[in-house]
Amino acid sequence: MRPVIPYLTAAFLFGLGVYGVLRRRNAVLVLMAVELMLNAVNLVLVTADTTARAALPHGGQVFALFVIVLAAAEIGVGLAIVLQLYRMRASVAVDEVPLAEPPAPVLAGTGADRPGPDTGAADRTEGQR
Amino acid sequence: MTGADVLLLALGAVAVGAGVLVVATKHLVRAGLYLVLCLGALAGDYLVLTAELVAWVQVLIYVGAVVVLLLFAVMLTRAPIGASDDLDRPGWPAALIGGGSGLGLAVLLVDAYRWSRVELPAAGTAERLGEQVFRAWVLPFEVLSVLLLAALVGAIVLSRPEIGRRPDAATPAGPVAGAAVDEGGRG
Repeated sequence: MRPVIPYLTAAFLFGLGVYGVLRRRNAVLVLMAVELMLNAVNLVLVTADTTARAALPHGGQVFALFVIVLAAAEIGVGLAIVLQLYRMRASVAVDEVPLAEPPAPVLAGTGADRPGPDTGAADRTEGQR
Repeated sequence: MTGADVLLLALGAVAVGAGVLVVATKHLVRAGLYLVLCLGALAGDYLVLTAELVAWVQVLIYVGAVVVLLLFAVMLTRAPIGASDDLDRPGWPAALIGGGSGLGLAVLLVDAYRWSRVELPAAGTAERLGEQVFRAWVLPFEVLSVLLLAALVGAIVLSRPEIGRRPDAATPAGPVAGAAVDEGGRG
């Protein structure tokens, strides 16, 4: 088995993930690109498990399992944040998120007593008027 | 080149090609489906590299759970069905940084391993991996379970509907709006 083949695959996948994170505007697509990067790391770990003889056998595969668990936790919290962002602003474009805005005037309208995705849109148009 | 090399090349080509489509396609739902293809090819890679348990966990958790969650998020954010043109930012710095890091890593790894070959070790079955996890890696395992619990609680707290509302929104609006807010808080 030539270990350079899976290593090259992992390197290209990591580059694609970095490109996707920087390029995409949609937050869900950014999360997908993050998954690509995590999988590249997993492939490096599993391949290193075959090439390097460590004192503890199968350490690389155990670490790959741990990274998979971390990715599951990350995607849960990340999607909760994305859905909350969509409920507040009716948009998931990452470059439209104001980083330093007081939260009070955005949801000051009467639509604030009904949860759901369209309250954010109604309040935003009211706030702009 | 042995059969394992040919398989690794083919699966790696599928994975990289599907990865290109994930970051380049203009259809939101198709990006998720290409991600399934990419992760499935990687699971095949793990099988060739004798990491059986990791391959099946990859299929179960990534393809089964993570991609389904991502597709749920795509549908819940009311994504358009067809192609959408506003998914991308102008991408010269992204292409520069992404291509630079990918090519840099590739050069580094090719320089480190050249065209050497190694023998595949004993297969990473569930028995061997379980022995390692519960003998040598018990403390990280337990810390990870605490982290999963924290992520669970954090996701629930983040999903409460009253986040982003003014704290005094219910006071001037009268009892009807207050009841509605309470309903929203429970739901």
